[in-house]
Amino acid sequence: MYKYDEYDHAMVAARVAEFSDQVRRRLAGEITEDQFKPLRLMNGLYLQLHAYMLRVAVPYGTLDSRQMRMLAHIARKYDRDYGHFTTRQNIQYNWIKLEDAPAILEDLASVEMHAIQTSGNCIRNISSDQWAGAAADEITDPRPWAELLRQWSSFHPEFSYLPRKFKIAVIAADEDRAAMRLHDIGIQIVEKDGVHGAAFYVGGGMGRTPMIAPLIKDFVPLEDMLSYAEACLRVYNRYGRRDNIYKARIKILIHELGADEYRRQVEEEFAHVKSLGIDPPKAEFDRIAKQFAPPALDASAPDAIDRSDPDFAVWVDQNVAAHKVPGHAIVNISLKPIGGIPGDASSAQIDLMADLAERYSHDELRVTHAQNIVLPHVRKADLYAIWQALDAAGLATPNLDLISDIIACPGLDYCSLANARSIPVAQKIAARFSDLGRQKELGELKLKISGCINACGHHHAGHIGILGVDRKGTENYQLLLGGSGAEDVSLGTITGPGFDEDGIVDAIERVTDRYLAERSEGERFVDTFRRVGMAPFKEAIYG
Amino acid sequence: MKLLTGNDLKTGFVTWWTGSDWSIHIEDAVDVGEHGEAILAVEEAARRVNAPYIISGEMTPDGPRPAHIKDRIRALGPTVRPDLTLKPADPAAGDWVI
Repeated sequence: MYKYDEYDHAMVAARVAEFSDQVRRRLAGEITEDQFKPLRLMNGLYLQLHAYMLRVAVPYGTLDSRQMRMLAHIARKYDRDYGHFTTRQNIQYNWIKLEDAPAILEDLASVEMHAIQTSGNCIRNISSDQWAGAAADEITDPRPWAELLRQWSSFHPEFSYLPRKFKIAVIAADEDRAAMRLHDIGIQIVEKDGVHGAAFYVGGGMGRTPMIAPLIKDFVPLEDMLSYAEACLRVYNRYGRRDNIYKARIKILIHELGADEYRRQVEEEFAHVKSLGIDPPKAEFDRIAKQFAPPALDASAPDAIDRSDPDFAVWVDQNVAAHKVPGHAIVNISLKPIGGIPGDASSAQIDLMADLAERYSHDELRVTHAQNIVLPHVRKADLYAIWQALDAAGLATPNLDLISDIIACPGLDYCSLANARSIPVAQKIAARFSDLGRQKELGELKLKISGCINACGHHHAGHIGILGVDRKGTENYQLLLGGSGAEDVSLGTITGPGFDEDGIVDAIERVTDRYLAERSEGERFVDTFRRVGMAPFKEAIYG
Repeated sequence: MKLLTGNDLKTGFVTWWTGSDWSIHIEDAVDVGEHGEAILAVEEAARRVNAPYIISGEMTPDGPRPAHIKDRIRALGPTVRPDLTLKPADPAAGDWVI
């Protein structure tokens, strides 16, 4: 894992001191809310429905047990004993007091964490594959490149006031576990003639106008990656629509220019940028990469798993994934118990996951964009002990990628932008499909719920997506089918008129029933939808 | 009826105009009638409450309630965490830090 150097420490400490003074001035009435708002947002502090909300960055979703325990400590000391893991691999606290914010940021800084650039029109937290460094299918660990991008984008003077927020994801496997092409820039580390390079997809995103990022450059030499990213941002910064917030994202610019013209301008800019010496010397990259060296795993560790406990066996089959090193596995901890709140974890649960990481996973954890937690480096021989501990803490729900593994934004229960509640709908759907046998019969089915058009719940990318809207002061839910955030990326299509809170649950049951009737051997829900189209599902829903 | 609401500067908690001060309890809210804009201007200048605004409400057997669901949720807490909702009888209300 990356450890702060003296510059990182100094930058974060300076920002904590600066923001502490800004908070003091605000509390003393020396500055107005209009003056203070952009300052607090730069430090991840929002004002939501019930209180201030603090969004803490978890760079590329990676953290160690010390950091995880600090997240639990903050939940206990300053919030209401829980945190909410988000679709951007971050954590949010919903009940923060302004007067506590400086102390929280100091606590975070003590474990090399912060909330900088988790809001505002800047480059946000770099996201990545939650299985990075462990996945059997990756060509390299993408996190050194994500860390390089983090350092480049932190306090970047030219990109602190972009036309709109900017999100970057980096992966290094063909299986896309980070919704890479639904980011402003999606980078896939690829191999060509035995050499690694970066494929740049630019102009993706969800929100009001969802778009899949087109391929802008299929192979950028890795030693040019920062310069190419800089060129992509410069063109956007120059021509992005600052006059209209709804057209300000880079996806709109590329859509209006066309990918070819955008590419031409980026290449022109890149020719100039490359002369500026932005890309680090190899020694500096090697210094960063060294900190992501794989843990010392014993490849001769036993590969067999004792499956005599049937509940454990079910969990292994659903929540444990292949590791690149024999005798080891990736543990996916579901934060989606039936009836629970997707992504929420109590301080005790957060502490427990930290303990398990320290004891069994070489001190590493990951936050996933699907609002779950990963222990990336676990010996198969330790799986049973881990499962027992998780089960005792309500963290062993065996539903990874099943219909109850629902992504849901905080919705109208917490968020000031939301038009409808997301969480109660997720809870009702999970309850309706609570039978595990039924869930497994449906197979992989990614259901995603957003409480407004901003799409924090990724509804466009759900095999089944739900969008909450306000219809004349009443919550109403639109249903979308056929989306995907994975390597088979696609955007969902709205089925037709929306439903109330109970109606949407019934509609989903009619959709899944029709899927079971229509599917061919081996087809997932989304495969069947793509083959048969919307018509049979529409008929099932509306008659 | 018209209610005046905002979020407390220090805590961020939802707060309601009582006629002379602010309260975190919706039960204490009063109808500001035609005086809302004038009170709002004074309170904005006082800078104790963030972004105060006027909403429509109605008197119910349980006391004043906002008309729109968003402000009802603001008034009563997240519907998915009844343990976190505000209970007027709770002397520790407003100080939930564990």
